[in-house]
Amino acid sequence: MTAQHSAGLWQLAWRRLRADRWAMAALAVVLAFLLTLLLSASGLIVADWEQEVAVSFAPPGWAAAAAGSGAGAPLNDTDALLRDNPFDPLADDLRALRSELGRPDGKASLPMYGVTDPLADDLAQLRAAHGAGGTTGATGARLATLPFGADKWGHDVLKKTVKGGETSVVVGLVAALLAVALGTLLGALAGYWGGVVDALLNGLYNIFTAIPSVLMILAVAAVLQQKGVLTIVLILGLTGWTGPYRLIRAEYLKHKGREYVLAADAIGASHWRKMFVHIFPNVSHVALVQLSILVVGFIKAEVVLSFLGFGVPVGVVSWGSMLNEAQNELILGRWWQLTAAALAMAVLVTAFSLLTDALRDALDPKVKF
Amino acid sequence: MLAYIVRRLAQMLPTMLGVVLLLFVLFNWVGGDPAYLLAGKMANAESIANIRRQLGVDQPYWVQLGIFLRQIATLDFGLSWATGEPVGQIIATRLGPSLTVLVPLTLLETALGIALALAIASVRGSLTDRLVMVACTVGMSVSILVYIIVFQYQLAYRFGLFPVQGWGEHLGENLLRYASLPILIGLAVSIAPTLRLYRSFVLDEVGQDYVRTARAKGLGEARVMWLHVLRNAAIPILTHVMASLPSLLIGAFLLERFFGIPGIGREVILAVERSDFPVIKAITVYVALATMLVNLLTDLLYQALDPRVRLS
Repeated sequence: MTAQHSAGLWQLAWRRLRADRWAMAALAVVLAFLLTLLLSASGLIVADWEQEVAVSFAPPGWAAAAAGSGAGAPLNDTDALLRDNPFDPLADDLRALRSELGRPDGKASLPMYGVTDPLADDLAQLRAAHGAGGTTGATGARLATLPFGADKWGHDVLKKTVKGGETSVVVGLVAALLAVALGTLLGALAGYWGGVVDALLNGLYNIFTAIPSVLMILAVAAVLQQKGVLTIVLILGLTGWTGPYRLIRAEYLKHKGREYVLAADAIGASHWRKMFVHIFPNVSHVALVQLSILVVGFIKAEVVLSFLGFGVPVGVVSWGSMLNEAQNELILGRWWQLTAAALAMAVLVTAFSLLTDALRDALDPKVKF
Repeated sequence: MLAYIVRRLAQMLPTMLGVVLLLFVLFNWVGGDPAYLLAGKMANAESIANIRRQLGVDQPYWVQLGIFLRQIATLDFGLSWATGEPVGQIIATRLGPSLTVLVPLTLLETALGIALALAIASVRGSLTDRLVMVACTVGMSVSILVYIIVFQYQLAYRFGLFPVQGWGEHLGENLLRYASLPILIGLAVSIAPTLRLYRSFVLDEVGQDYVRTARAKGLGEARVMWLHVLRNAAIPILTHVMASLPSLLIGAFLLERFFGIPGIGREVILAVERSDFPVIKAITVYVALATMLVNLLTDLLYQALDPRVRLS
């Protein structure tokens, strides 16, 4: 074979992309995330994220040192946290209750209504036994601080974020692949065949776009009932194909009358061959840009769905389920899980968006380099 | 004009029928038998059969489809499975709170988006422009959940500037007291994508010949931007605002959920959690109808704004 003399679309695009420093930085970040994902999916790193290595809500080491509160006492400023809200209609009652609890004999002042705790003796025994055994038990070996803190169960937040990222990014990628594959297939059929096929598929498109995607996703989530990573991939993939469909269909309409397709017809290429071997490579850049747009959208959607409890099942961690836990932790002043999940997601999505923008510009054939 | 509207309305029928069929397949076929869900944990065969008869799910599918079609035609979607309230009443009472948040939010977002887009477009290519665009990308990357959680915690819980959540009886109270923080958060979330989009609309116009002509005849920059450019950029902006209206009704569900606003979005979430199929079906039908009608209205407005557009 002779060497290629004129650069193709992809080579030109790569050349343009490489000239864009922002795009290359974004690409590096995205690749770093994908590498981490591969490593964690194959179990090489963070396989032990579920180990309860630290005390519950162990603060990040640097934050504890900065606060000067020492390692053992993560947060003692509960008084500051429990300040009055001027809008709370129960503020006066709460204050009265709190002052009562704050008395030296605070425990005794709690009314027991004449009920004795039937387990009091057992508990006292257990406590004594626990105390005698010292802190060498399961909790003894736990760390007081971690690089980025611990969650309620003492899991390392850093490892949890990596593991959660694996779920979120895999869902985003696979769902986007499904949506783009479906959209490309239907768009190719509609654009290439035209006529009845086109009319039918356009009808389907109109139906799916008449229902806002959020509502569509929630309706499917309501029906499917079972939670699972596969379910959420299917929900997002089966409802997200409309965007790629519209664009790919337009491309096929444009391309099917071009000379190279007529030439392929003349040498006896089959319809499938013309559609996917001849035309598709020439419209694949549209599919690629759509793919990266959808990945970003679906990662965000997965986070919201999992947060609401319609996404990943119990026991699977994702950025959405982390945010769900973090919501309640924030009121207690435990901000590290929220920060870790939010930051990881923001960095990935920013990089992915910048890359998408650059990719769109680089693949635009109208821009000459 | 009238003929056009009639034809467009007629074209909606098959789409609406498709939406109905899709919902029917989803809820009556994929969704499984609701009787087991409704009868609860201590169900016996008799009560299950009873519920099945009441709901009509013991009938063949075509009879069930007939029931659903009659429900849509009469706009009577029966009773909620979870609360026993008439579905129509649920939707009617939830619409007000949703609109109390959405109308001010949409107005503020559009006004602010246009003002910022015109300001940014007039310094296009500068460092400010680039920085604002990067800031927008970063702002769009942070999950809406983080905005809500952090704003609610900081502004309402820590600083006590707003109520943490709640809803009152009167419109004024709701608007000024309870809806203000949700509106602020909605604005913070939506301004970045809006600004990016409107900036591209404005930039499409500033390169046009009429802008050069306006400058050549000595008009001030403010007049060129706010009068000449804005009037032309208003067409895609209007389309965007109109097109996003129906999905906004549902899209604010996170705000409504966090702030305890009894709106449509929160109702959808509740219905999904409780498998309250009639409520979801009814809301989906109404929203699909609204989407199609708004699309028609947008096309009509289009022609009113731009005489070059001919309705065919």
